[in-house]
Amino acid sequence: MLRLEVRPQPSRAWSYASPLLALLITVVIGVILFAALGKDPVRGLQVFFWEPVKNAYALSELMVKATPLLIIALGLAVCFRSNVWNIGAEGQYLIGAIFAAGVALTATKDTGPWIVPVIVLAGALGGMLWAGITALLRDRFNANEILVSLMLVYVAVQVLNYLVYGPWKDPMGYNFPQTKTFESVTQMPRLMQGSRVNIGLMLALAGVVAMWVFLFRTYAGYAQQVGGLAPAAARYAGFSSRKALWIALLTSGGMAGMAGALEVAGPIGQLTPYVPAGYGFAAIIVAFVGRLHPVGIVFSAILMSMFYIGGELAQSRLGLPKSITGVFQGLLLFSLLACDTLIAYRLKWKK
Amino acid sequence: MTDLNKRSLIKLAALTAVASAALIGCGKNEEPAPAPTPAAAPAEAPKAEPLKIAFAYVGPVGDGGWTFAHDNGRKAVEAEFGDKVVTSFVENVPESADAERVIRDLAGQGNKIVFGTTFGYMEPMLKVAADFKDVKFEHATGYKQAENMRTYDSRTYEGAYMAGVIAGAMTKTNTLGVVASIPIPEVIRNINSFTLGAQSVNPKIKTKVVWVNGWFDPPKETEAATSLLNGGADILFQNTDSSAVLQTAEKAGKRAFGWDSDMTAYGPKAHLGSAVINWGPYYIKAVKDVMDGTWQGNSGVWWGHKEGAIDMVSIAEDVPAEIKAKIDTIKAGLKDGSFHPWTGPILGQDGKEVLPKDVKADDAFLGGIKFYVKGVEGKVPN
Amino acid sequence: MESTALLIAASLNAGTVLAIASLGLLINEKAGIVNLGAEGMMLCAALAGFATVVHTGSTVAGFAAGMAAGALLAAIFGVLVIWLNTNQYATGLALSLFGGGFSAFAGTSYVQEKLPEQSQFAIPVLADIPFLGNALFKHHPMVYVCIGLTLALIWFLWRTRAGLVLRSVGESPESAHALGYPVRRIRLLAVVAGGALCGLAGAYVSTVYTPLWVEGMIAGKGWIALALTTFATWRPARVLLGAYLFGGVTMLQFHLQGIGVQVPSQFLTMMPYLATVVVLVLISRNPTWIRINMPASIGKPFYPGS
Repeated sequence: MLRLEVRPQPSRAWSYASPLLALLITVVIGVILFAALGKDPVRGLQVFFWEPVKNAYALSELMVKATPLLIIALGLAVCFRSNVWNIGAEGQYLIGAIFAAGVALTATKDTGPWIVPVIVLAGALGGMLWAGITALLRDRFNANEILVSLMLVYVAVQVLNYLVYGPWKDPMGYNFPQTKTFESVTQMPRLMQGSRVNIGLMLALAGVVAMWVFLFRTYAGYAQQVGGLAPAAARYAGFSSRKALWIALLTSGGMAGMAGALEVAGPIGQLTPYVPAGYGFAAIIVAFVGRLHPVGIVFSAILMSMFYIGGELAQSRLGLPKSITGVFQGLLLFSLLACDTLIAYRLKWKK
Repeated sequence: MTDLNKRSLIKLAALTAVASAALIGCGKNEEPAPAPTPAAAPAEAPKAEPLKIAFAYVGPVGDGGWTFAHDNGRKAVEAEFGDKVVTSFVENVPESADAERVIRDLAGQGNKIVFGTTFGYMEPMLKVAADFKDVKFEHATGYKQAENMRTYDSRTYEGAYMAGVIAGAMTKTNTLGVVASIPIPEVIRNINSFTLGAQSVNPKIKTKVVWVNGWFDPPKETEAATSLLNGGADILFQNTDSSAVLQTAEKAGKRAFGWDSDMTAYGPKAHLGSAVINWGPYYIKAVKDVMDGTWQGNSGVWWGHKEGAIDMVSIAEDVPAEIKAKIDTIKAGLKDGSFHPWTGPILGQDGKEVLPKDVKADDAFLGGIKFYVKGVEGKVPN
Repeated sequence: MESTALLIAASLNAGTVLAIASLGLLINEKAGIVNLGAEGMMLCAALAGFATVVHTGSTVAGFAAGMAAGALLAAIFGVLVIWLNTNQYATGLALSLFGGGFSAFAGTSYVQEKLPEQSQFAIPVLADIPFLGNALFKHHPMVYVCIGLTLALIWFLWRTRAGLVLRSVGESPESAHALGYPVRRIRLLAVVAGGALCGLAGAYVSTVYTPLWVEGMIAGKGWIALALTTFATWRPARVLLGAYLFGGVTMLQFHLQGIGVQVPSQFLTMMPYLATVVVLVLISRNPTWIRINMPASIGKPFYPGS
């Protein structure tokens, strides 16, 4: 029967191949699922993998969807590499969106475009603040960051609801829970006509480079990761685990908050109760599937976006429920985690 | 590790280059999405081509409430026009940035009419309407219009009033409970109408309201309903979209109403009547307008019982005959315009008159209701 | 007075869901495994339970189906985490996300279904006691099963040998392994048992608490149950009390609205979550206390033979 045998050294080849194998497994299960539901599997694959990229508009929508995932996942990668389990990125995203909205709402017809960077910074600040609470409670009181950050997500949702139902509600909006639409000057500048892609994409790609440099080229980044991989060694080497904790959470909080700002001042254009879109959670999958590596995350963000958009299209093209997206995303992560064992272990046939 | 880094850098550069090239090179002059048909004369489709119509729903078709009612309207269109139309729908489209993509996709797929069935689609529809000038956009419960976009809504307060009449007659504790969704004027108006209807047969009643801050949330609706029953209400009304409130009443041996669609099956013993919305008549008219070429944008309609959009159905057996007769009278009065649920004198919670004697409220008044009438307990949230 | 009694009753009912799930999670955490997939397991179990009752009419069959669904998902999680040593947090999260998506997907045809008529429950004689009768003795049997479960778990963990072995696996799997105990198998059993209980809680929600199926209907209760185990410092009795407290806070927000309290409802809704954070801070403050109460090997992978 098959047995797992520890490899003498983690396999480099498998660390690249594992996500691809996981994707393959997910696709195979997907095909079986389509067939079982009586849908043409080829058409199914087409909807998920071709339609979202088949023309410029589709690609631009893919980028619009991928941008927040990418930004949040970059921050999470730093966090997870430091063994800090920030599950509350969704809450940090929301508070970032709220801070950004707060700035955007002060804009009038005469405000200049200088407000755009302020909005983005406000978002990052909001996210850092929210993550800072988790960091503080872990630093001072040893409170488990998973649970604290998660509970703060629910709190953030209620804060958002309070604002849009209450003080920030659009007085001209027929009492609907939403803020007024932001002045056009606050809108994230778009990259080109006819698509919704905005400078967020540029910021995301800049973030990829910055993250890569930080993680793999700076001493601080190195210290950060050692703290995560081998806390005892880190302490021995004098790396401060407290500092690592704060950097991890503030970074991921700031990134998540920035993503929130870009969404709310970009495609959404106002604050509504529907801002929580689950990106903070999906980004966790993106981070993992991307091997916690900035470049890998770019690809996995695009992949996840294809699942999102494919799921939407699957409804109108194939009559499949939209929730198929969640199935694929979960399957992908499961398969990835399973395939990852092949990095540390090898399968052997033993009698 | 170094060659790995070099490879990553190259990959990154390549990706950026490809992405930029794709976006810049192809983006500038092309129209978005599969090119919509060039602006042809309105509704002059070649004879045998069926008219493609699409519906965007905020909830699941099986919710038994709001979306279910809209889908029944869609089916009515299919029944009426047969193979002259082809309808399709997308459900669970959230009121968020995603809505624009879905609506744009529907418009780009050759649909000539797109129905958006919830308030939150307003901005996305406006944006897409600007890009697809030959597609007609119909938006439910909104207020922004355009040359190729108009709005429609139903006078749900008429159904609420009729439910109130029945509730006022049937209550033994004189306390009525409402599970309310979101404090927008429509919902506040419905709470008030329900109360006014009950007071017309039983001046002693009072109404308690609990807000779930959502349209469709069965677990929360159950908890809210339980809370109202625990607080002494013996008849429940709702402005939320699931059958949870009715089911809770059924379990507790109390009474309740169905909302949006006929919910008798969900609580046969508890069910007093269902205030239903029939979107069929309006949808059929809208399609007809497009087919006849008489469709006009920048307009909106608000249909009630008179036009067949609202009704009170499946009234329970044990409701007294004189109340059933009163309901019939009200319906007749709504049909010929002689009866208006909001006819003065109507008092606010503070006892001051908000509508003088014999004055009928006009649509402007109805559209801006942010206060509770006398008899409703509590304050309007924010 | 009447409405307070009913508020208590509603709190007990709401708390039962949290308690059963949390007790399940307590079992696997006592063995050292954290299963973040509670929400996903509960959702799939809710669907399984609901669908079973729709087809068979039997609530008991529904509960059994829910337990089976939870156990199955937990087993998959367990194999990945215990034998393949995948990261517990990530795997649990994957389970949550997958469970959410899968239940929504598979459940689309059940959204408009309704369940057969439910009976009213009341313990004879006791139910007629003024106030206490309404508060305590008119519940669905599951509420009482939950109390029994708590007691059984206390007895099991601290009064039986099996319970001792389980706890020692959680404290130090290496020592238990050295003593010859099949650590991995014990952990798997704990994980599966935990999943079964989460499944029971999920099935209860969809068949008794809110007899409807709608996607996402667990609405975060799985995550609260997770927080609850820490909140209760891994002691069953405290889990039960904490669960009732949380149930109470949930119902309180509607009760306060009904009596006209003017706090914005969003602050009331925030209460259970803020309360959890506060308690987490309070109990984590003292590292010694945590060390005494928390199973030492939580979250850490175990490699036999290393």
